[in-house]
Amino acid sequence: MPRNAVVARSLGAFALIAIFAQTVPAVAGEVDHQDFTRVERGRYLATASDCISCHTVPGSGRPFAGGRPIETPFGNIVAPNITPDLETGIGAWTDDEFDTAVRKGIGPRSGRLYPAMPYTAYTKMSRDDVLAIRAYLSTVQPVSNRVVANTLPFPFNIRTAMLVWNALYFKQGEYAFDPQKPREWNRGAFLVDGPAHCGACHTPKSMLGGDKVAQYLQGSYLQGWSAPDITNDANRGLGNWTIEDIATYLKTGHNRTTAATGPMAEAVDLSFSKLTDDDARAIATYLKSLPGRQDTPPPLAKDTPVMVAGNAIYRDQCAACHGLDGKGIARLFPSIADSSMVRSDDPTTVIRIVLRGARSVATKAEPTAPGMPSYAWQLTDEQIAAVLTYMRNAWGGAAPEVKPAEVTRLKSSLALRPD
Amino acid sequence: MARILPKKDVVIIGLGWTGAIMAHELTDEGLDVIAIERGPWRDAPTDFPPSQMQDELRYRVRHELFLRPDQLTFTFRNKMDQTALPIRSWGAFMPPNGVGGGGVHWNAEMWRFLPSDFVLKTHLTQRYGKAFLPEDMTIQDWGITYDELEPYYDRFEYLCGTSGTAGNLRGEIKEGGNPFEGPRSRDYPTKAQAQPFSQTLFGKAARDLGYKPFPQPSGNLSTAYTNPLGLRMGPCTYCGFCEWFGCSNYSKASPQTTILPVLVRKSNFTARDNSEVVKINTDRSGKRATGVTFIDTSGNEWEQPADLVILSAFSVFNAQLMLHSGIGQPYDPVSGKGTIGRNFTHQTISSVNGFFDSKKYNFNPFIASGSIGMCIDEFNGDNFDHGPHGFVGGGYVGQVQTGARPIESTLTPPGTPKWGTAWKNAVRDNYLSTVKPGTGVHGSFYAYRDIYLDLDPLYKDRLGRPLMRMTIDMKENEVKQNRFLTDKFAEVIQAMGANQIAKSYRTAPYDMTTYQTTHVNGGVIMGEDPTTSAVNRYLQSWDVPNLFVLGASAFPQNAGYNPTLTVGALAFWTADAIRNKYLKSPGSLVNA
Amino acid sequence: MEALADRIIPPDPQTPGGKDSGSAVFVDRQLAGAYGAQEGLYLRPPFLAGTKNQGHQSEAGPREEYQKGLAALDRACQAKYAGKHFADLSDGEKDDVLHGLESGAFKLDGTDGKAFFEQAIKDVQMGFFADPIYGGNRDMVAWKMIGYPGARYNYLDWVNRHNEKFPLPPVSMTGRAEWTPASTGGK
Repeated sequence: MPRNAVVARSLGAFALIAIFAQTVPAVAGEVDHQDFTRVERGRYLATASDCISCHTVPGSGRPFAGGRPIETPFGNIVAPNITPDLETGIGAWTDDEFDTAVRKGIGPRSGRLYPAMPYTAYTKMSRDDVLAIRAYLSTVQPVSNRVVANTLPFPFNIRTAMLVWNALYFKQGEYAFDPQKPREWNRGAFLVDGPAHCGACHTPKSMLGGDKVAQYLQGSYLQGWSAPDITNDANRGLGNWTIEDIATYLKTGHNRTTAATGPMAEAVDLSFSKLTDDDARAIATYLKSLPGRQDTPPPLAKDTPVMVAGNAIYRDQCAACHGLDGKGIARLFPSIADSSMVRSDDPTTVIRIVLRGARSVATKAEPTAPGMPSYAWQLTDEQIAAVLTYMRNAWGGAAPEVKPAEVTRLKSSLALRPD
Repeated sequence: MARILPKKDVVIIGLGWTGAIMAHELTDEGLDVIAIERGPWRDAPTDFPPSQMQDELRYRVRHELFLRPDQLTFTFRNKMDQTALPIRSWGAFMPPNGVGGGGVHWNAEMWRFLPSDFVLKTHLTQRYGKAFLPEDMTIQDWGITYDELEPYYDRFEYLCGTSGTAGNLRGEIKEGGNPFEGPRSRDYPTKAQAQPFSQTLFGKAARDLGYKPFPQPSGNLSTAYTNPLGLRMGPCTYCGFCEWFGCSNYSKASPQTTILPVLVRKSNFTARDNSEVVKINTDRSGKRATGVTFIDTSGNEWEQPADLVILSAFSVFNAQLMLHSGIGQPYDPVSGKGTIGRNFTHQTISSVNGFFDSKKYNFNPFIASGSIGMCIDEFNGDNFDHGPHGFVGGGYVGQVQTGARPIESTLTPPGTPKWGTAWKNAVRDNYLSTVKPGTGVHGSFYAYRDIYLDLDPLYKDRLGRPLMRMTIDMKENEVKQNRFLTDKFAEVIQAMGANQIAKSYRTAPYDMTTYQTTHVNGGVIMGEDPTTSAVNRYLQSWDVPNLFVLGASAFPQNAGYNPTLTVGALAFWTADAIRNKYLKSPGSLVNA
Repeated sequence: MEALADRIIPPDPQTPGGKDSGSAVFVDRQLAGAYGAQEGLYLRPPFLAGTKNQGHQSEAGPREEYQKGLAALDRACQAKYAGKHFADLSDGEKDDVLHGLESGAFKLDGTDGKAFFEQAIKDVQMGFFADPIYGGNRDMVAWKMIGYPGARYNYLDWVNRHNEKFPLPPVSMTGRAEWTPASTGGK
């Protein structure tokens, strides 16, 4: 449906909002919420924060209208409607209420929010940042969509329990500029720890779902995927990527060695591809400054039965696209040899990709979106484990053996997941 | 009663090569475009992944990617006094079906036609005199010259990343390329593919015999490539499962690898698959197309109105739809009047197999791409003096062996029993040392008065519409041409060092049961004269100016080359004419 | 069918024959499936006799033709060989019968014996060379016999190695023995 038709139909509701907004008295000294530059800034920050991802049911054509279930280890939480609809969205909230929700994790009616809403990251933004986001959100299509603020199963349905959790894991406070580091580094740190909330996926979590700070950005499991280590570790992280590689990956979803798929594909599509080149570089600069684990184990010997079998499977099958030397084709087929993701401690993503196949993201700069087929029909769990073990150890990198039982386990847990 | 859909600027019938090219061009122009495709959507990782594609039985023998005759077929007879019978199971050619069309499972052999091919009638008459041509031969000039088409050849080659060695670069003959080709404005986008052993040996033997062999221009790429749309392709890995098969690793040029991912993301493009267009609708005057009627898989009829109709359904389906829609006058071979169905042609194919000493030669013939092959063009078109030979036309010959899939490639030397121990031993001894070019002799097929298409009086399709009838035979001219070419080819195969060669000639009558390429052409031919052509030089219907008919249906006769590069170039040429001339001033672009 | 397969492709010390490699299983499965039922073909009447190059014009498909042909073959053998079915004849007798079918000298009633045998040769040999997933070519014995490396995809490192033997064993669409780690014995 062409956009202009949608807009035309809703002019009635929009006019209502405009009138209502005008009746809210302007406060002396505060910036006009409808100011163009403010809305633009808010839009950019909302994009960097990727609000649209959680707060939109994919394919619904109703951005920010909520209703999307967000999977957590404790159950699903349904994201609320943050369009400016007065009754079912946030149209009637005050600025303070909005700021408190986003940066402190307390909603005006629902009480304490679960950290599925990454207020633990958004706290790094300033009040001004957040109000700019609000200004932008006030201009999007209001949608009437009543989302029941749901509950997790007992005991997590007791939201006041969040008090305890926050005490353990929530460090409230804006980003503090480090004068010892260059501007670009600071910008990157702000983005990574603030709006882009990379740690939400890439930092491992404790049993209570809080960040394991000591393993900051060293990779984590979520929603049937493993998000890789994004520190500068050479074996498992971004150590072999240049700043350019990282920035290109964020902006286009592809670089000379790999492609984004799964949840990261969505993040690239909705958020990172829309950042400025400078911001992409800033993120890259910051990530490259994090030393990470730096404890590469020795690679497995090539002549063990598992490695020999894995080599045979690789040569016969995977080499079709990933090449006889494991290096793939730049911007088409990922380089296994250079893939730190393949060497993640948690092999969930690589097992999943072999079982299910994968479609890489299409962006304007890289429209091809090459796909990988599923091999579940062809390879046994033992064979999948062997070829992954081989790929993790054959070309200079190293990682522990993947066990057949891990494949079996993932297969059954994936059975309930849509693609 | 058909339900009527909202109007579009353009409706495109068929989403193969020409449909995709036109959709890409016209959406770039800002038009609202819908493409309607009879067959299913096709996509490499889903439909042709590695390890599932290397299935000769499924895709070559049972031809799973192709149209089912039950959905649509034709009837066939050799001569006008025979009763045509249905092609119940494909043989001589195999029509594609599905998004990407033949572009999914072709060999990606990418040849330009010769400059003389486009002005064939004039050229041959001038050189040999009118009496030299058979009396019933109805060849014509195309209405367009090679020089006019050259920039569009270039565009299609660069869209695909074609791998080749230039033979004629802006008039300068280059070593290693085809010295007979028309001048090209720039080099190929990627270098020629490396040739395996038997192909290299053929090249050497040809050179020793005084010919100028060159690598076949290939849409299976030699290196990774990013095309002008930003789409990325990889290098061909010589799997040997090319024609009949989809490419698993994005290395064969197809609409999927070169256009579709960009096209489908455009907000002004829609594609409907599994929808069969059954009629092009015209208004009361019959001079204006108003859109198309199509049926869905439930049998419901829909009408898609549009201002501009592009018929790009594959050559023979183009002709059929014109006949079913009553557009243009059907061709009558007796009176010679009419244009739809006129000048139907195919390709004149034969080969020579070579059996070599297995102790000395191991060709690893399973290592191949679809357009591998060292070829020679000395005997194509009018590249040689036909005076002493008594025929016109010709073709390239070459060691075009695109694989050695075992069901079809376990040949035995002539005289070997077809079964039993002797057969088994001969297969064992010969598989690795046999040279088996598939279309080793790839000759032209010129047009004749009584080789044509019309509607069958007896047989109907599942919708109750008459099948299209093909009246086609091998004429003496083509038989002579083929004999000459096959003998020349055999000399080179022999010179490679074969112990034994087995020649097979293409003879009359035309046989609808043995495969001879799917290069069926004509039926809606282009030309300068509306009494002898169906579309003008911009492939615009003379009768219905808002209808353009793309594809090899436009060829007045077939040259000695694979048709697709010319088909694609013409699509770009027509797209240009629509964008720069027609849209500014709709109406006939040529005043006859 | 197995008897036929084993004469079309006789066993030898190096390579099993049509029977042990599964060609009869292949033909059986094909006939039971889409091919046997002529699925997708144009089967509308009228069925008129045409020239050879107009192709198959009868309503009966491969399934009927095999059923008829095999029955007629047995009847003809019983008539000539004192009541023995084709499968009970000695190898030499079987070959005599087949040579007779091939030349046309040995006629079958109600069926074109020559055409039937031609089709059987084609199908048995097809099963021999097809991927083992279809029932024939068990353990890829036919591919091993000829040196065809199977369902591979990437030969880039071998294109320029002219006249050298390709060293890897054949692999089918469902893999090969070496894909399973040795110590576990292929569980």
